[in-house]
Amino acid sequence: MNRKKPEPMQVVKQRRDGALTALAASIPYAQFLGIEFERRGDELTSTLKYDDKLIGNPMLPALHGGATAAFLEVTAVIELSWASLWTDIENGTIDVDTLGPDTLPRLPKTIDFTVDYLRSGLPRDAYARARVNRSGRRYASVHVEAWQDNRSKLFAQATGHFLMPSRDG
Amino acid sequence: MIDKPEFAKVFMEAVPHNNALGMKLISVGDGVVETEMPYDERFIGDPKTGVIHGGVVYALMDASSGTAVIAHKSNPVSTATIDLRIDYMRSATPGQTIRARAECYHVTRTVAFIRATATDDDRDNPVATATGTFTVEHAE
Repeated sequence: MNRKKPEPMQVVKQRRDGALTALAASIPYAQFLGIEFERRGDELTSTLKYDDKLIGNPMLPALHGGATAAFLEVTAVIELSWASLWTDIENGTIDVDTLGPDTLPRLPKTIDFTVDYLRSGLPRDAYARARVNRSGRRYASVHVEAWQDNRSKLFAQATGHFLMPSRDG
Repeated sequence: MIDKPEFAKVFMEAVPHNNALGMKLISVGDGVVETEMPYDERFIGDPKTGVIHGGVVYALMDASSGTAVIAHKSNPVSTATIDLRIDYMRSATPGQTIRARAECYHVTRTVAFIRATATDDDRDNPVATATGTFTVEHAE
């Protein structure tokens, strides 16, 4: 058996984190809202850092439904793009060193997005994870869940359909 | 008797997130509002094209819909989104103000049903449409 030697961990991490950073940084509105991504293997978790400008009901106070929706949509799009790029990132087809706004593949386009508001969003950080239920050549369906203090108590969830970017640029 | 347009204006514009996105209330009718939000580079979703992020349009639709509920003649004092679905028909043209029209077309004692449309300068081709349900809270 002539098995390929595993790559050093740092090389693998650097490549994956580099790709994720480039992907997340490619959406100015995600920066404006304060959305960050963390990775464990291929699993992504996004954080919406609390800020006063995210408040939608000053009396309660509660997060704005629009801010929550955008947070969920960004999480869904990044997860979908990440999942479809994963193979290319792993086998080196995508050169992470040159990955920037001009070289990144186009992001999937949202066709529709439906948000369920389960309880009001508290004025503190929120977290979300997305699951790609189906990703075809042209269309994809993604489910997203968001929570704050307690993972099992979601404050919002969403389902969206997306148009995949054409693979030939 | 409360001043409906004034109450709706406060409801729309006193909200920090609506303010951060530059939303303005343009007109108020019975359960119908028109709003707008100017183009801003911080709201871009795709730097290659300069098109604003769908999430910004969603926020305008959500805020406008809630304000349409407040503007309904049954006089709700507060409302919250139960669910809202948005359909993105096309990309908004970069540089143009987004306008939304939200209509609360049916209200029960507890639930308000809304629909909304967003356009840019090309008024005949909507950028997005939305439908949703909202809670209705009346004064005790």
